[in-house]
Amino acid sequence: MKVGVLAIQGAFAAHAAVLESIGVAPVEVRRPAHLEGLDGLVLPGGESTTLSMGLDRAGLTDPLRAFVGSGAPVLGTCAGAILLATQCLDGRSDQVQIGALDVVVRRNAFGRQVDSFEVDLEFPALAAGAPPGRSAAPFHGVFIRAPAVEEVGPSVEVLARLEGTPVAVACGSVVATTFHPELAADPRVHEFVLGRSPAGRR
Amino acid sequence: MTEPSPQSTAGASTTGAEPRTGSQLVKRGLAEMLKGGVIMDVVTPEQARIAEDSGACAVMALERVPADIRVDGGVARMSDPAMIQGIQEAVTIPVMAKARIGHFVEAQILEALGVDYVDESEVLSPADEAHHIDKWAFTVPFVCGATNLGEALRRIAEGACMIRSKGEAGTGNIVEAVRHLRSILGDIRALTQADSTEVFDWAKRLQAPLPLVQEVAATGALPVPLFCAGGIATPADAALAMQLGAQAVFVGSGIFKSDDPAPRAKAIVEATSHFDDPHILAKVSRGLGAPMTGIGMDDLDLRLADRGW
Repeated sequence: MKVGVLAIQGAFAAHAAVLESIGVAPVEVRRPAHLEGLDGLVLPGGESTTLSMGLDRAGLTDPLRAFVGSGAPVLGTCAGAILLATQCLDGRSDQVQIGALDVVVRRNAFGRQVDSFEVDLEFPALAAGAPPGRSAAPFHGVFIRAPAVEEVGPSVEVLARLEGTPVAVACGSVVATTFHPELAADPRVHEFVLGRSPAGRR
Repeated sequence: MTEPSPQSTAGASTTGAEPRTGSQLVKRGLAEMLKGGVIMDVVTPEQARIAEDSGACAVMALERVPADIRVDGGVARMSDPAMIQGIQEAVTIPVMAKARIGHFVEAQILEALGVDYVDESEVLSPADEAHHIDKWAFTVPFVCGATNLGEALRRIAEGACMIRSKGEAGTGNIVEAVRHLRSILGDIRALTQADSTEVFDWAKRLQAPLPLVQEVAATGALPVPLFCAGGIATPADAALAMQLGAQAVFVGSGIFKSDDPAPRAKAIVEATSHFDDPHILAKVSRGLGAPMTGIGMDDLDLRLADRGW
């Protein structure tokens, strides 16, 4: 299995390390040609404004949109989640929205870096990997200048919440988290996403 | 990510339902998010907006760029909080600011202002000739400069969550940054070949804590991200730093001391993303106007990189 990691800017190396740890070959994606032959894609955290301009300058916006719409598993984290959303608040008016998830997100909703935090999250959908009858162990959420999901459309499934606010959402094979599973030393979110089929394995 | 050092977890659990701020994971995490990007020195809100419009992943708010600090002389201090706040209000990307080496009160003020990263910087006049700031005491993360592996590991032992080469700020000359990156990364490569007995001698020679030296020997990398700073003036300079092994770049005087800052800023951003693609580098390097005037190392009266201990 070959999974791309958008490598324009951001935490692409940390995602690549998680993929390698579960036996998946990561491919750094910087140009449209790099999307060929991929079985999945990760849109990492970083600065969404920088990523957005980098996508446009590299001619990647439309190829990326096509790939995300193809039904392959896609994981967007933090800035990657912002890219996947249909609408972004407190961003730039020219920011790219892939629009694969019918959600409204607000950038830097939790404050500045001094307000960034880590906390355990209930993530019931990860129970697929747990022994029969057991619920999933909490997933350690690392939130760095994180966005918040403020509105969720009817097509979107909420996978995890923090004090009521969705922090992991999905639509079919496209999953977004406002936290950073690549920093948690726990590959369960990556495994969960790569195991989702277009039909929506629930 | 590597596990945080024992100091960071003393008295607090990393797992639990209570949100925890200021942990090593959270502080180093922001440095991870800045990888592959360009952090630009800016002195006004207008420059900050140009930086953001160009694709900078963060800005460094300061009153004078290093080239001017070098010309002006005198004591260089933390910037006026009003000036830093003006830049925070102008952009949505992270804002960093500089404190003098050892000046923990300037760092406290910067933390109170909500800056996203503090640069304990040799570009400002040192406030302490023996001690750097105890960076474990802060919620805000710190970046520190280093010229070699021992210096980098001493700063990490003090709690730095990002290391950058010092280079020679304000010169537009990449030669010192290259020296520092080669020294740090070359020693890391050599250290990975050392056997367990030799690692003790490495710790002695580097004047660095043994557990950190052992960690680098085992992993082949610093425990925190390594960025390049000091002397980047062109897209090719940025790509050189990245190909040598830096994970992101700081550009100080190189953008706003050039003839036409906005296109140069954008070109340096593209060159940092596509650092290993000479065709893109050739395309973005065309027609940028004159870069900042560079200074040869033999013509320098003041070596900023010598500051720090």
